[in-house]
Amino acid sequence: MFVINCPYCGERDQSEFSCGGEAHIVRPKQPTELSDDEWAEYLFMRKNIKGVQFERWNHAHGCRKWFNMVRDTSNDKIYAVYKMGEKPPVI
Amino acid sequence: MTKYRINKTRFVDQTKTVSFTFDGKKYHGFEGDTLASALLSNGIHLIGRSFKYHRPRGIMSCGSEEPNAICQINDNTDLTEPNVRATEIELYEGLKASSQNCWPSLNFDIGGINNLISPFLPAGFYYKTFMWPKSFWKKIYEPLIRLSAGLGKSPTQPDPDIYDHKHVHCDVLVIGGGISGIVSAKIAAKNNLKTILIEDKNILGGSTIYQNNKNFIIDNQKSNEWLMNEISELEKLDNLIIKTRTSLAAFHSYNYLLAKENISDHLPLDKKNGSIRQRLWKIRADKVIIAAGAIERPLIFNNNDRPGIILANSVKKYLDFYGVSTGLNNIIFTNNDSAYETAVSLFEKGISVKIVDIRKKSSSNIVKNAVDLGIKIYWNSTVVNTFGYKKIKSIEIMNLSEDGSNVTGNKHKIQCDCLSISGGWTPMVHMHTQSGGKLDFREIDQVFVPSEKSENHINVGSCNGDFELEEIVKNTNNKVKKFLNINEGGFDKISVLCSKETEKKNIWLLPNTISESKTKSFIDFQNDSTAKDIKLALREGFKSIEHVKRYTTTGMATDQGKLSNMHALGIIADTAGVKMGTLGTTTFRPPFTPLTFGAIVGRSVGKFFDIVRKTSIHEWHVQNNAKFENVGQWKRPWYYPINNENLHEAVQRESKAARDSAGILDASTLGKIDIQGSDASEFLNRVYTNAWSKLGIGKCRYGLMLNEDGMVYDDGVTTRLGENHYLMTTTTGGAANVLSKLEDYLQTEWPDLDVYLTSVTDHYSTASICGPNSKKILKKLFPNKDFSDEAFPHMSYQNAIIDKIECRIMRISFTGELSYEINIESKYGKSLWENCIAAGEEYKITPYGTETMHLLRAEKGFIIVGQDTDGTMTPIDLQMDWIVSKKKYDFIGKRSLYRSDTMREDRKQLVGLLTDDPNEILEEGAQIVSELEKKPVEMIGHVTSSYFSPNLNKSIALAVVKGGKKMNGQKLFVPMENKNINVTVSDFIFLDKENKRINA
Ligand SMILES: [Zn+2]
Repeated sequence: MFVINCPYCGERDQSEFSCGGEAHIVRPKQPTELSDDEWAEYLFMRKNIKGVQFERWNHAHGCRKWFNMVRDTSNDKIYAVYKMGEKPPVI
Repeated sequence: MTKYRINKTRFVDQTKTVSFTFDGKKYHGFEGDTLASALLSNGIHLIGRSFKYHRPRGIMSCGSEEPNAICQINDNTDLTEPNVRATEIELYEGLKASSQNCWPSLNFDIGGINNLISPFLPAGFYYKTFMWPKSFWKKIYEPLIRLSAGLGKSPTQPDPDIYDHKHVHCDVLVIGGGISGIVSAKIAAKNNLKTILIEDKNILGGSTIYQNNKNFIIDNQKSNEWLMNEISELEKLDNLIIKTRTSLAAFHSYNYLLAKENISDHLPLDKKNGSIRQRLWKIRADKVIIAAGAIERPLIFNNNDRPGIILANSVKKYLDFYGVSTGLNNIIFTNNDSAYETAVSLFEKGISVKIVDIRKKSSSNIVKNAVDLGIKIYWNSTVVNTFGYKKIKSIEIMNLSEDGSNVTGNKHKIQCDCLSISGGWTPMVHMHTQSGGKLDFREIDQVFVPSEKSENHINVGSCNGDFELEEIVKNTNNKVKKFLNINEGGFDKISVLCSKETEKKNIWLLPNTISESKTKSFIDFQNDSTAKDIKLALREGFKSIEHVKRYTTTGMATDQGKLSNMHALGIIADTAGVKMGTLGTTTFRPPFTPLTFGAIVGRSVGKFFDIVRKTSIHEWHVQNNAKFENVGQWKRPWYYPINNENLHEAVQRESKAARDSAGILDASTLGKIDIQGSDASEFLNRVYTNAWSKLGIGKCRYGLMLNEDGMVYDDGVTTRLGENHYLMTTTTGGAANVLSKLEDYLQTEWPDLDVYLTSVTDHYSTASICGPNSKKILKKLFPNKDFSDEAFPHMSYQNAIIDKIECRIMRISFTGELSYEINIESKYGKSLWENCIAAGEEYKITPYGTETMHLLRAEKGFIIVGQDTDGTMTPIDLQMDWIVSKKKYDFIGKRSLYRSDTMREDRKQLVGLLTDDPNEILEEGAQIVSELEKKPVEMIGHVTSSYFSPNLNKSIALAVVKGGKKMNGQKLFVPMENKNINVTVSDFIFLDKENKRINA
């Protein structure tokens, strides 16, 4: 169980958080103009990297804020935590 | 004193006798004994039978690595516990232990026949033999395996003990209270670091605490005396917590560790009562120092498993710590110097001892010590066989060939009653690898040692591969200083004298004159796997250590192969001709030693297992005989039986009353979300399928929420309370998820929207009154209010006051009847409810529960999300096209509604079903078919809701059927176990399609 540094609350146990999958997938602004394939790409396709991955996390049992996190999925090392809307760091 | 209690020590109080039973017979030991030491003091070695061959087995070690001496404790009571290692359980007055794996008895075991037919029980025997024919499995194989297999008996009653959890944070956690752990803890605590030291035994000191050999001297004292003083110094330190009887179970990432503390296991039965049995410590440590020690290795030779064959250092511990001799005529069989300490100890107590050493010589101090004492040593020799069925009687030894690969010369037989074996030492790297650490193989003494790269933990002492006293103390001091960034260690000028081993030799599988296939050289004692099994697995093509392990079950017993893994690896490497370091090890998984389920769950049992949510009206329901249903964590009234009514009878009565006069439902559990902000209307437009901008203030609207994949996610009525203020209701079970989903969109996709969400589910209680007389009841409750259809139409809300308390009245309906829902602050919920009941008395207002609610809405064809939908239903599938806005440019899930898959016409679609026999009630979940004759039978759908409607006087059902929209009037079948039920597809609105009742 790792420790996450919530950008709003500080360090908390992982059990307070829930993971929302891959980050930086923007919901298309004009979905109606997309083909089935393009929409499916947004809807279903997610990376599952062994290594450094950009993820969305929610401090579900805390401030309820969503934020982004860069984590190495092979060893759970967390490289960065940043607020929604902020630029992803270069790792 | 018994014959084998030959020594007085400070660790066992021989003035305090403790009585216990083993296999029903009464024995005595002393305070400070373990069950194992007490049994050995009574001359008892035979403890159990082995798993596969049912060979007699005895105590082999003195710690958690014990493979053989596992017992059933307190048999035939609620407290019974299987698989307890006799070496780990502290003796207490009244302890009842019995052997396992023996039928009918320890001394006469019928499974022992397996020993005779063992040529037919090779590796993978179970996989190979019990495969076919299939019909044999249930009647023959399984009963056969069950009869002779299994380790012990589970308790049949709920565990009466109390368990506890504790969360702690510390600067430094030291795992292991041996000499290196003590040195580490002292350095840390003396430097103002909040330190915790855990030790699984009842006292600190490890193996040094009973090391009284004159070759091991620290600061001019015998090492045990020096350590004794250190421990008393340690106990004076303020910022050090010492936890004995506490074993580390798991080392997770980010220095999160679990440790189990035994609190009352060692207490006499009459003192255990009411106290906590075990506590699970959940520790988050800034730094972790692992000082877990090492485990002595056995040697692998023919018949190396007889009772009386014991690890050499364990023999020393029984002697010098417990004062018990494991035999009076000892032979030590070793490949290293450490066993000589045992020999010297035995000799000094006047006990006969000889040594068999596979090395050609050794010139260390401790060996010189043994030679000087005149102890007979057979150099360059190996044991080739042992004798004695229930206890070892003698051994045969032979000389080793020059390279050690074979035996030469004549067999020489030696009598003995105990054979102490030592194959060297294995560092306990379990904790290190659990935390993600890697290992390096050290050729010189054939050990895996931690390869240290972590900033968060270090390994010190013998778990780090430091086996000699001087390097243990000095390296620990230096490493801990560096790790904790400390200048003064406190042990910088220490002087340590010890014996140093220079000659090293290791043979994983000792040679013999007879072929391997005829020997029984055990590697995994608990699972009965032998060197032969490993070689067979290799011949059959298994290469990976993980596969060989599973195929032969080596290392898969309750001891997790603490004694066997290294030999298995070594034999694989030798046989395959590869270097051991290249093989890797099997994965060491937590827990290090088994944990009780009690310790894992802690206090979260019984009524604390999960949170129970009750509405403010709950007590009234209880007083009025409600039966409850769990909906998520909520307790909801299910039905209110009168005069022993069953569910069906109560529901028929309640439903009829609600349609004929008035019914009342506690709807407080529905999720409620307060939505405010200047973009609230736009937000609802985006999350619901229908349009919200034009909803007037004071009006209510039903909304359907989809997932982005177009599938129905939740539904409920939302009320516009003000220009920028809405109250959304959700399903009871979906409340938390809906809020979380809405927050997700607000925070991540639409942060520009000015919208704020607050869960107010618990803030309001809701009484829902329905039926033709509901308006009259409302008028009585709110005499000043105009309830005419013009002033208060369907789908609108008004503020009102009852007993000076503000409340909201929504005229909305989930039953199809004229219906009002009154929301009031939760603390007034019960009083509101009682007012409603009183006002409704003249109309025989009938409280109804969830079952009647389900029936009433089914009559009207209203869906329940989660019952009639399952995450694969679009609103189109549900024939709810009317709620999907065509005008809105976008809403969650819109684009998915015209994906090729969601547009398929043969999707499962919601329909009504009427049984040809109106009294036949379908089973929810039953499959639906269109053709009975066609094989294989094609399932075209299933029943989602089914009831007997008292208002229509017939059975009705909702179902989802492939292409169902176009099947109105079609005959289908619902095949059941013993009959086929004929049904006809119908409209799913069974009652009042014209909505007359809502405006009655
Ligand atoms: Zn937070």
